[in-house]
Amino acid sequence: MNVLVCMKQILDPDIPAREFRIDPGAREAVRGSADLVANIFCENALETALQLRAAAGGQVAVLTYGTDDAEDVLRKALAMKADAAALVEKEDASHPDALAVAKVLAAAARRLADETWGAPADLVMVGRESGDWGVGQTGGLLAEELGLPFVALVDHVESREGGVRLRRQTDSGFEILEVDGPAVVSITNSDSNLPRIPKTRDVMRSYKKPLERWPLADLGLDGEDVRGGTSYYELVELEIPEQTISCEIVEDVDTFAERVASIMNGA
Amino acid sequence: MSDVVVCLHAAQGWDRAAQGVVGAGRELAAATSAKLRAVVLGTASEPLVNGLADRVDILQLTDGQGLDNADGERLLAALTVLCQNAGTVLLGSDVQSQELAPRLAHRLGGSSMADGVELIAAGDLLRVRRAAYGGRAAAVYELKRRPAVVWLRARSFAPAPARDETVELQRPVLNLAPKASVRVVERRVEKSDGVPLEEAALVVSGGRGLGGPEPFEDLKKLADVMGAAIGASRVACDEGWVPPSWQVGQTGKKVAPDLYLAIGISGAAQHLLGITDAKVVAAINTDPDAPILKQASFALIEDYKKAVPALIEKLAALRSDS
Repeated sequence: MNVLVCMKQILDPDIPAREFRIDPGAREAVRGSADLVANIFCENALETALQLRAAAGGQVAVLTYGTDDAEDVLRKALAMKADAAALVEKEDASHPDALAVAKVLAAAARRLADETWGAPADLVMVGRESGDWGVGQTGGLLAEELGLPFVALVDHVESREGGVRLRRQTDSGFEILEVDGPAVVSITNSDSNLPRIPKTRDVMRSYKKPLERWPLADLGLDGEDVRGGTSYYELVELEIPEQTISCEIVEDVDTFAERVASIMNGA
Repeated sequence: MSDVVVCLHAAQGWDRAAQGVVGAGRELAAATSAKLRAVVLGTASEPLVNGLADRVDILQLTDGQGLDNADGERLLAALTVLCQNAGTVLLGSDVQSQELAPRLAHRLGGSSMADGVELIAAGDLLRVRRAAYGGRAAAVYELKRRPAVVWLRARSFAPAPARDETVELQRPVLNLAPKASVRVVERRVEKSDGVPLEEAALVVSGGRGLGGPEPFEDLKKLADVMGAAIGASRVACDEGWVPPSWQVGQTGKKVAPDLYLAIGISGAAQHLLGITDAKVVAAINTDPDAPILKQASFALIEDYKKAVPALIEKLAALRSDS
């Protein structure tokens, strides 16, 4: 079973709140001293794919659409033992809308699968949402662009005759689904897909592994709708909300309990 | 102006989420002089039909067309027919709605957005306010195409009052193809004893500071004494200390209780995003600089090992007094 994992590089979402700033003109976060990291749900997806490969055979290819920096995400994926990787070169640091990204990923996914396996992927994985904008629309739009079924919030995948068996989280528990043929799934975190830490040796080796780089124009997608990426939606305001609540530190458990009890009595 | 369409799952009934979606739809319809139409997927219960009939202009029911417990592909096919001429399509925050929104927008030539907390009519287009950067920033997006398909943080929208108007009842025939490449073969409910987290008036929640699964037993006792639902941070779920369905945060449950009691939770931005609708947040934490205190009204700086048993005892005593 050949799996293609789409990944995204983002600003480290774990930087302390006091260091978080936005640039109102550019309507984006100021990078400052923050690292660029792989989006955690994309790494959950890669881990899920690697576990599936161990159980069912086949290969794992990783794909990202980003600037030069995003190569780090793919190198790490190769160090985690992905079999193939491709970077679609984004021309600037803009944030194209989810439909523009889905169109790029769809074209690149077809090409990567074809060049790596000579056939379409059996399964395409994305992270459920990114830790920066968190719009979470790319997976569903990618499925539509590829003409495949889509299942969201999956946390476990097994191979079965003619397709896959998926576990996905629901509001009250989980569902098991069976899918015939290829599909796009979005992966969420669970206790079974925490991303592995690559060995130092494999990190070294990852720099010797081939990594494809494709300019956007190579995919025939350098039109303004894709490059600018504001024909689906556009960010028009971005601000840091003001914090007005001030916290009272209570002296002891008894006082704390009384405060809790008074709210309970009002509830 | 084309209709505002709210899409509800029959199985959810007339719950707070359904009421929030309808409330959001009513307000937008009023602001844009549009009609409000409700679509129910599956066999609607009487409370749901009554709740909708009192609040929408057009009610479309789809019972008998194989939409109860249907897979996402079938629901998508149904909504693609039903939302053909919609100007705006609003859905709740359940998993199926999240899954449907982008695909429905794509099929209808529209635009989609997730986790909306405010809808703003801007000329012919719809703007949606939502969180960005894991709750550290607030963003407004303009959706460039119609229909605008948005799933909402449903419980943060006020319910609409009942009206005295006549509803137009429709039973559209969908003629859906029987094809199903995706099948739901099992559904399992993991009960976190009693009240569902999102509906609970009181929530006790634990995080990384608890250090393992065992302390959650103490939290359960506390939750029992309080009559509270129990939740957890992402770390506690990722570590396997508690089931994923307990997770509160950006990618877990969005709760809206009168009191959210955070124990051993430092308050990562993505966690805080799940509790923005809580009326009061209280914290028990050893770290006086923990980010959770920025969101909390009051806090106790103490190790949970000492604080929780003492709190259980005190609350039990206070309760027996009253």
